[in-house]
Amino acid sequence: MVLLTEEEKRAAREAAGSAVRGFPRSRGSLVPILQKIQEKLGYVPLEAMEEVAGQLGIPPVDVYGVVTFYNQFRLTPPGRRQIKVCLGTACHMKGGTVILDCWKRRLGIEVGGVTPDREFSLERVACVGCCSMAPVTVINDEVHGRVTPTRVDGLLFSFGVKVKKGRQEEGEVN
Amino acid sequence: MRDSNSPLQQKFAALKRRAREAWEALRKGPLVLVGAATCGRAAGALEVLKVLEEEIRKQGLDARVVEVGCMGHCYAEPLVVIAKPGFPSICYGYVTEGIARRLVQDFLGGDDPCLEFALAALEPNELVPAFSDFPRGQVERAVLLEKCGLIDPQDINHYLALGGYGALVKALSLSPEEVVAEIKASGLRGRGGAGFPTGKKWEACRLAPGEEKYVICNADEGDPGAFMDRTILESNPHQVLEGLAIAAYAVGARRGFFYVRAEYPLAVERVKAAVRDARAAGLLGPDILGSGFDFEVEVFQGSGAFVCGEETALIASMEGRPGLPRHRPPYPAEKGLWGRPTVINNVKTLAYVPLIVERGAAWFRGIGTPQSPGTAVFALAGKVVNTGLVEVPMGTTLRQLIFGVGSGVPKGKAFKAVQIGGPSGGCLPVSCLDLPVDFDSLAQAGAMMGSGGMVVLDEDDCMVEVARFFLDFTQKESCGKCTMCRLGTRQMLEILESITRGEGRPEDLELLLELAEDVQAGSLCGLGRTAPNPVLSTLRYFREEYEAHIKERRCPAKMCQALIAYYILPEKCERSCDACVGSCPVEAIFTNEDRLKVIDQQKCVKCNSCMEACPPQYKAVIKLSPPELVRELERKGGAK
Repeated sequence: MVLLTEEEKRAAREAAGSAVRGFPRSRGSLVPILQKIQEKLGYVPLEAMEEVAGQLGIPPVDVYGVVTFYNQFRLTPPGRRQIKVCLGTACHMKGGTVILDCWKRRLGIEVGGVTPDREFSLERVACVGCCSMAPVTVINDEVHGRVTPTRVDGLLFSFGVKVKKGRQEEGEVN
Repeated sequence: MRDSNSPLQQKFAALKRRAREAWEALRKGPLVLVGAATCGRAAGALEVLKVLEEEIRKQGLDARVVEVGCMGHCYAEPLVVIAKPGFPSICYGYVTEGIARRLVQDFLGGDDPCLEFALAALEPNELVPAFSDFPRGQVERAVLLEKCGLIDPQDINHYLALGGYGALVKALSLSPEEVVAEIKASGLRGRGGAGFPTGKKWEACRLAPGEEKYVICNADEGDPGAFMDRTILESNPHQVLEGLAIAAYAVGARRGFFYVRAEYPLAVERVKAAVRDARAAGLLGPDILGSGFDFEVEVFQGSGAFVCGEETALIASMEGRPGLPRHRPPYPAEKGLWGRPTVINNVKTLAYVPLIVERGAAWFRGIGTPQSPGTAVFALAGKVVNTGLVEVPMGTTLRQLIFGVGSGVPKGKAFKAVQIGGPSGGCLPVSCLDLPVDFDSLAQAGAMMGSGGMVVLDEDDCMVEVARFFLDFTQKESCGKCTMCRLGTRQMLEILESITRGEGRPEDLELLLELAEDVQAGSLCGLGRTAPNPVLSTLRYFREEYEAHIKERRCPAKMCQALIAYYILPEKCERSCDACVGSCPVEAIFTNEDRLKVIDQQKCVKCNSCMEACPPQYKAVIKLSPPELVRELERKGGAK
């Protein structure tokens, strides 16, 4: 669990407060409100959930239940660059898992993780509907098609990341 | 009200006249259409669009560039169509920035249509072969997708100019019962997967007591491998909106919703724009065109739960609860959103509605088969040459679809199976290729129409792995309400995982069959009831592959990572070539004392990069299964 600063907590409550304002105060507005909060903050912090629950007059645990049920919602802050690897059927058959492994290896994080500098976060998504471009990686909202392991390195390079070669620190001398 | 001079008709005629004027003014000069749906954008369509506009400005030409939706030929993205007076409309594929500049300079500026970059013309002509002149032209029939890729989805005038919203006006001059009767007579079946007769659903909702009723367009396209609904919403949202409005009029609803996946941001944006524009034109909102019919539409974004494609779960999520399905009956048509009668139809189902109302039930019945009238829209993907969106009449055979339209399997590989219907569907082998595509034939063969994803698999695809993949998906997406779905799929998945790791036991196959039966019987909704289908169909048609994994620890398709190893054939390796070394992301390839390349099996992550990098004239990298074969070959290689 990522610890939030006091300022982040305040921002969370504010975001929740302003998100609620645009909707009728009924349970039917819950999902759109949460989407609005996530759009603003990139995730839905506990503080925001409590605020929404209070304003809509429903138990906080129900809000938590909804947030954790749907794949779209994050509980932790995402990286500045959100990397989503598509593992739909077409992407999977064309090596999507290999691409996911590449990202994991290069970023040193697991699926759902964030790099310590909060620069990158890694997720898998079911299908982004670009099956004819498989395998696909979505970075923030930009879709990259026909990704290869070398393309992963290239993308990281374009973000200014120096890619360490090799799985171990020292490669075998031949 | 049937008078053609009614105020309704007059208001609409004025709208249409303005739209036609705008449309014709646009088509007077040269027109450049750029396919910029999500897949086109992923291939760089927006960059091409920018270059086209910039070059046209630089050359001082009088040509308009219009962003359109998907043209269906996703394999050749980005796509550009140029309609220049005096020439047929020509479609160009694989357009790069360089080609875009050439097209502007030579075709728009000069008179050279640059046929070297042309894919085909849109209509038959003397100059270039048209799409309909190719073998696929004989099989395809665009009904639903007629206007996709030809109109600007963000300009309501384009849709109006081509006859759009005419059906709504026609419906409004009929009684709601007559509209329901027409849809019933057409035999339209729901395109969401199950194929329930749409007219019956509407009738049930129409007859259900209650003042307040709702219509919902289900665009929660969650099947991995399917992208038809996204494409239709991105390319022609007004047609779906018109269908929704007709549905609302027919069942007596005044409020409607689009339930769109949040993973489809462009589709959400286009639908919102369509609703706004239609409202501004008076085609939505209170008292539509003076007919007395009120209809308001809202857009609701689904939050990424596959189970929400199921009607009752979809309703639960709109009510602000976790998307758990409930028992039916009562069906949503009687007790749906907030307990009120609700019709929920798939995007494609609604998109047919204006066409049926306009052209009549008999016309619709004239396409397809008696039991499944109309066309089928498939998202063709996977190991097939022409990936993309395909529309064919129901009853077309799989062979015509995959080989006629899709041009078969690329790289000279052998066709192995086709996966239809996503996680609820199944894999059909070569022996099923002559099966006609319709709701009933597919279900009989162990697959399912599903929402229309079609993934072609070739000899390099392992069927056990395919089954594992789908079960992994359904297991993760199971909402957890029914025990058999929650735990049964989990146990099935664990067995499949052990098989793909080479740790399967002979008795596992029987256990899988037993579990499959239990999961089917013990689940409430379609997700659980169909979850075992991928396992059952692969076991039915490809049992020997399961047995090879279990008995020989061998993956015949050489796909399961735990059961394969990469190996460089010394006799084929070109000594001075370093392609594989450079491609390896983990520095697992080294040069030995004979200056041959060798893979360090301990370091290899089996990413396939070296195999792709090895120049085709050498083809020195091979996959071996079981992996122990490598040691054998290395020993045979001698003392080196």
